[in-house]
Amino acid sequence: MIDNNQLLRFTTAGSVDDGKSTLIGRLLYDSKSIFEDQLEAVENTSKQKGHAGVDLALFTDGLRDEREQGITIDVAYRYFTTPKRKFIIADTPGHIQYTRNMVTGASTANAAIILVDARHGVIEQTRRHAFIASLLQIPHIIVCINKMDLVDYSEQAYNKVLEQFEEFSSKLLVKDIRFIPISALLGDNVVNRSQNMDWYQGAPLLHTLENMHISSDINKVDARFPVQTVIRPQSEKFIDYRGYAGRIASGVFRKGDEITVMPSGFTSKIKTIDTLDGALEEAFAPMSVTLTLEDDIDISRGDMIVRSNNKPEPTQDIEVMLCWLNDAPAKPRAKYTIQHTSNEQKAMIKEVVYKIDINTLDRNSEDKALDMNAIAKVKIRTTKPLMVDDYRENRTTGSIILVDDATNETVAAGMIV
Amino acid sequence: MSKYYLNYLDELESEAMYVLREVWAQFDNPVILFSGGKDSIVVTHLAQKAFYPAKIPFALMHVDTGHNFPETIKFRDDLINKLGANLIVGSVQESIDQGRVAEEKGKNATRNALQITTLLDAIESNKVDCAIGGGRRDEEKARAKERFFSHRDDFGQWDPKNQRPELWNLFNGKHFEGEHFRAFPISNWTEMDVWNYIKRENIQIPSLYFAHERECVRRNDSWIPNSEFLKLEPNEEIVSKKIRFRTLGDITITGGIESEADTLEKIVDEVSTMRQTERGNRSDDKRSETAMEDRKKQGYF
Repeated sequence: MIDNNQLLRFTTAGSVDDGKSTLIGRLLYDSKSIFEDQLEAVENTSKQKGHAGVDLALFTDGLRDEREQGITIDVAYRYFTTPKRKFIIADTPGHIQYTRNMVTGASTANAAIILVDARHGVIEQTRRHAFIASLLQIPHIIVCINKMDLVDYSEQAYNKVLEQFEEFSSKLLVKDIRFIPISALLGDNVVNRSQNMDWYQGAPLLHTLENMHISSDINKVDARFPVQTVIRPQSEKFIDYRGYAGRIASGVFRKGDEITVMPSGFTSKIKTIDTLDGALEEAFAPMSVTLTLEDDIDISRGDMIVRSNNKPEPTQDIEVMLCWLNDAPAKPRAKYTIQHTSNEQKAMIKEVVYKIDINTLDRNSEDKALDMNAIAKVKIRTTKPLMVDDYRENRTTGSIILVDDATNETVAAGMIV
Repeated sequence: MSKYYLNYLDELESEAMYVLREVWAQFDNPVILFSGGKDSIVVTHLAQKAFYPAKIPFALMHVDTGHNFPETIKFRDDLINKLGANLIVGSVQESIDQGRVAEEKGKNATRNALQITTLLDAIESNKVDCAIGGGRRDEEKARAKERFFSHRDDFGQWDPKNQRPELWNLFNGKHFEGEHFRAFPISNWTEMDVWNYIKRENIQIPSLYFAHERECVRRNDSWIPNSEFLKLEPNEEIVSKKIRFRTLGDITITGGIESEADTLEKIVDEVSTMRQTERGNRSDDKRSETAMEDRKKQGYF
C-alpha cells in the first residue's frame, strides 16, 4: 500500500429488496476483502436456510436478531482496502423507522451511495435517502441505478431514472452528484466495467470511489481548535509545561499565529505545536496535537482556540435542523444537556418552527411533535455561549447533540443553520 | 493535490488519540484493558501519543487467566516499568478459589468465559468507570456494531439493540453510579492497519508474533502450543514446528500458523496475503455462530 493513501468513509442506505447488501457483498468479494473462513461460514448459513447460492447479505448482517429477521437494524461498519484507498462503509437500514440510523451513518461520511431499482425509478425511499444525504451535507452522492440486467441494460431506462432524480434533487443542496448504471448481482460496473452497456461512458463504482477528490471536503479556511483537555506533565523536565490537547476541527494553525481563546476573548500567540514525534511548524484538520501559547492564560476543556482574524460567533441562541433519535418524544420547553465540540452546557428547546415530511420535503407548521425520527427546525437557548459555525461551512463546529439528564441517553442530533 | 491532507494511518491515529482524550476528559477512573496482545499494545502506544509530554494517565488492567504464555507476562511487566504506569491484575484463579466461578469440564474446557466474572469484579472493586479496549470492528460481526463509547449497565451487560446513537465525533459518556463504559479507540482499524502501524512506528511486540520453533500439536486445523495445561488426545502427538501467532489469548486456545515471517516486514507481507481471518485460529470464537455476541452481552472484552 502506498503511504499517501487516503481514507474514504461512505454510507449506504437501503432495504432488503433494493440490492444494497448484494452491492456491498459484491464490493467486498470482488476487491478480495472477504476471507475464506467468512465465506465458508456464510455458505453454511445460506445452505441451512435453503438459499440457492451464497446469500451475500449475510456478510453485512451481524446481530442474532438481524440474522433471524433478515434485516439490518443498526449501523454496521465494514472495511476494505484497495491499492488506492482504505474504505469504511457505514451500512444502514433504509426504512423510514430507521431514519436515525441513516443520519448516524451519514454524519461522518465523505460520500453516499443511493441505490435506485431501475425497474421502479425514483421512489419515496430514494427521496428520503437523498434528503438525508443533503441534510447531513455529505459532499459526494453516487446514485447507483441497480438491476440494469432486469431492464435489458437499456439506456432509456437509465435516462428516465436520471431525469426523475434530477428533477427532485434540484431542491437539495448537493455539491457533487454522479450516476452509474450497475447490476450488483452480476457485477456490471461495480468493480469491473460492464460489457453490456457500451452507451455508458463513465467509470465503474469502485473506480469512482477510488479517484474521487476528497482533500477539499474538510474546511481548511477557518482555524478552529476545541480544547479537549489540558496537559500538565508535573515532571521535572516539563515543570512549567501547560499544553492544550485537541483535534483541529478545521483550518490550519502555524507556530507564531495570533490566536484568540473563546469565549474569554484573551489573545496570545502559538508558541509550539507538540507531538510525541517532535514539534511541528504547522498543523491542520483533522490532526490531534497539543498547543502551547506564549502567554499564561486560563484555558480549560470546552474553550476554543481560533485565529484572531477569523472567529466563530459566540451565541446562546441557535437555530438547528434537529433529528429526534429517541423513543420518548421531546417534552415542551424541556431542558437537556447540549454537547457542541468539547463544550457542554444546559439547553432548552424554545420553539419548533416546522417539521419536515422527509418523503415530500414539505414543511409542516401544524404538527410539531418531536417524536422518534422527526426532523424539524427548532430554536434552542443555551445557558452559556457556544462558539458555532454554520453546519454547511463546518461539520464539526456546526453540529450538536442533546442528552436527556434523566436517562443519560442521546436523544437528538442537530445541524446549526 | 493539496498538501493539507492526512494519509489513512495518520487519520486513524488522530481519531484514536481524540477518543483517548475524550475518555480521559469524561471519566473519573478509566483504565486500559491490557492483554499483552498487539491491539492493546497499540492502544497503549496511542495513549502515549495523546498525552505527551505527560505520561499515560491510565492504569493498565490485565485479566490473568493463569493460562498465560510466559512471554506475555514478561512483556507486560517490562512495559509497565518503561511507562511508569500502574498495573491492576484481576485473577481468574482467585475467582475460582473464591467460588465466584467454576472451572469448565471436558476436553474443550477453557478459562475464556470465566474471564467475564473476573473482569467485571475487577472493574467494580477498582471503581473503574471506563475500560478502554483494543477491540476492532473488523474482527467479528458483533464487534462491527460497537460504538466508540459503549455503555454497560450495572450488571456489566451490553445491550446491542439499545445502543446510544453516535454522531460525528460527539461522544456521550454519561452514566449512573455502578454503570460503566467500554471505549474502543481503534474501532476503525483493520488487522492490516494495526500491522502497518506497528511497522511504521516500530512498536515493540512480544516475540510470539514472530516465527519461531515451538513444540505444538495439530488440533482443529491449527497448531496448539505445548504447555503444562495441554492434555493430549490418544491420536495426537507433539511435534516441533516453525510457527507464529496472529492473535494472543490463553495458551490453551490460541493456535499458531506455520510461518517463516520473523521480521515486521515479513509479517506485514504475510498478513496482506492471508485468506483466513485472524480469529480463525481462536477456538473461543468457534463455539457457535454468535459466540462473540453472546459473550459480549454478558460483559466480555
